[in-house]
Amino acid sequence: MAYEVPHLRALEAEAIHVVREIHAQLDRPVLLFSGGKDSVVLLRLAEKAFWPAALPFPVLHVDTGHNFPEVLEFRDRRIGEIGARLIVASVEATIAAGRVEEERGPRASRNRLQTTTLLDAIAEHRFDAALGGARRDEERSRAKERVFSFRDEFGQWEPRRQRPELWDLYNGRVRPGEHVRVFPLSNWTELDVWEYIACEGLTVPSIYFAHPREVFMHDGMLFAVGPVVQPPEGQPVFMTSVRYRTVGDMSCTGAVRSTASSIDAVIREIAATRVTERGETRADDRYCQDGMETRKREGYF
Amino acid sequence: MLRFVTAGSVDDGKSTLIGRLLFDARQIFEDQLAWIAQASEGRGGDGALDLALLTDGLRDERAQGITIDVAYRYFATARRRFIIADAPGHLDYTRNMVTGASTADVAVILIDARRAVPSQARRHALIVSLLGVSHLVVCVNKMDLVEYDAAAFERIVAEFTGFATRLEIRDVTFIPVCALHGDNVVERSVAMPWYRGSPLLYHLEHVHIASDRNLIDARFPVQCVTREPAREFRGYAGRMAAGVLRRGDDVVVLPSGQCTQISHILTFEGEVEEAYPPLAVTLTLTDPVAVGRGDLLCRPDNRPTVARAVDAMVCWMGDRPLTPGARYVMKHTTRAVRAQVDAIHYEIDVATLHRRPASALARNDIGRVRLRVPDAILADPYRRSRATGSFILIDPTTNETVGGGMVEGATS
Repeated sequence: MAYEVPHLRALEAEAIHVVREIHAQLDRPVLLFSGGKDSVVLLRLAEKAFWPAALPFPVLHVDTGHNFPEVLEFRDRRIGEIGARLIVASVEATIAAGRVEEERGPRASRNRLQTTTLLDAIAEHRFDAALGGARRDEERSRAKERVFSFRDEFGQWEPRRQRPELWDLYNGRVRPGEHVRVFPLSNWTELDVWEYIACEGLTVPSIYFAHPREVFMHDGMLFAVGPVVQPPEGQPVFMTSVRYRTVGDMSCTGAVRSTASSIDAVIREIAATRVTERGETRADDRYCQDGMETRKREGYF
Repeated sequence: MLRFVTAGSVDDGKSTLIGRLLFDARQIFEDQLAWIAQASEGRGGDGALDLALLTDGLRDERAQGITIDVAYRYFATARRRFIIADAPGHLDYTRNMVTGASTADVAVILIDARRAVPSQARRHALIVSLLGVSHLVVCVNKMDLVEYDAAAFERIVAEFTGFATRLEIRDVTFIPVCALHGDNVVERSVAMPWYRGSPLLYHLEHVHIASDRNLIDARFPVQCVTREPAREFRGYAGRMAAGVLRRGDDVVVLPSGQCTQISHILTFEGEVEEAYPPLAVTLTLTDPVAVGRGDLLCRPDNRPTVARAVDAMVCWMGDRPLTPGARYVMKHTTRAVRAQVDAIHYEIDVATLHRRPASALARNDIGRVRLRVPDAILADPYRRSRATGSFILIDPTTNETVGGGMVEGATS
């Protein structure tokens, strides 16, 4: 049919439009990059938005210190390829400076501590916009998120105070000290992200594909044995083929049993799956029903 | 891909309908089901799954049992990919309905089979019509509570049709459903053999929306200027808002009026011969004319109005009322300009569709307003082109988006 646009191309066009609007409306944007598949796609969209010019703003990684080593290596390589300026904000530094306290106990994670590190980095560099790869289909409270999501001078998110978003007219006006979080992938699903990765020939960290790992069961999820997470007393450890559906930090990201070792196999697996991406593998969402909403109100991604 | 907005009064079962749609189309994941089961227990229901919980995502509304903000849900069938904008039915949140409808191809409105058409449904139908949503599906819900009686359905059809004839909605379809039990949502209802139309999902999968786009009037609002000094490159990045532009086309830059031609249409993948909505491209021009963000490219013989005054239908969303003399920032395509309210022609009484004089528009009011824009916008009537006929109003003192407008007339 004449002038038909496949839905992936339509999503891409919308996202490029959003990225360009940020650049046009705000003075000091930054792209949040975790090395995960969504930020890989986001980075490619930003590349396309400004081509043939270079990315006009820097890339920020909030490093918990508990990242998968494969992801860090991937991050450095990919950012190096694009020639973008990488800023790494360290949660360990935030802890060392006494700004936050390391969690203790069996469910300890640095996940929530990232919020302070992120907000500190935003304040330090005076960023007025932060682009993230979050999608609305990821989680209940994200389903209500705007594309341009306003954060006050404390970095906080108040769902009742978000601006109505009509047509594709985005309002990014902020006062000094405030910033806006922008989500160009708002309307993308997990499957869309993978299909785009396949279509564009993008590389993602190897942990997304099946590989053998020593794991143990905990709280209904499979965790990798490593420097950050140790199996509780008496919990059996075994070797099996797993992959990661999402890249959080090692303390709260579970693996899934899988033999999918290629993008096509991953896509087939996701298309048939009966559990959401975060439901299967994110311990941080489980600790209470409102986990994500509470963290967002505090200023989390 | 089809975007549809759902609207209905609180208690009409809209959230249940969406939950049922996703559930029957097997789009709900196991962990989501487990969560619903757990939360349904907390609600003290009869143990049945409360599918509305699927879409009530925020703490406050789960506690209150109503929907506060627009929730976007995504699902696909073999035939089509869908985005649902689930808008709250509570009177106070009309602004969210306008948000959801602004990008929708189809609107789904729910009406309780036991009652007359409520004013909230009329307000939603009016908004749907104003926002140029071409296709409306009216689901007459809770048919189980009227014994699946065809007469009850027909009565609502007649009442709504009488109201809707005065609205400009091209295509209205009525479907009798029972969201709670699944009748005519995905599966055809065995309890209503008198109904010969399609169930809701089938209708949504097949409704023809391709012809809703404007492919006639070429409009390219410039979003960014892309410069790559090393290659002496200067291009104009943006999204085709309407119409089709081809390499070599004669174009005029507005508002300056300078004429030139398109030398190349570029994308990351390479050069293309033509650009059309909703594609994002970068254009280069043959002449070194002055072009910046906020300018618009079009054909010399088909131009929007370089408007310094517009008459528009405005949906007011701000806390402080709109009054004559008030000043705002208007964002129209990629242009942000000063705007001042000249006059309020009338307000629309949503229940009757009658016009009445108004000295102000309060939150949730809809009225026709004249605005003066000294720096000009490049406008088309909204009916002709959504992208170049729509705007938002921003209160410069609070930075809030306080209104959404649709151009009906424009004068230079």
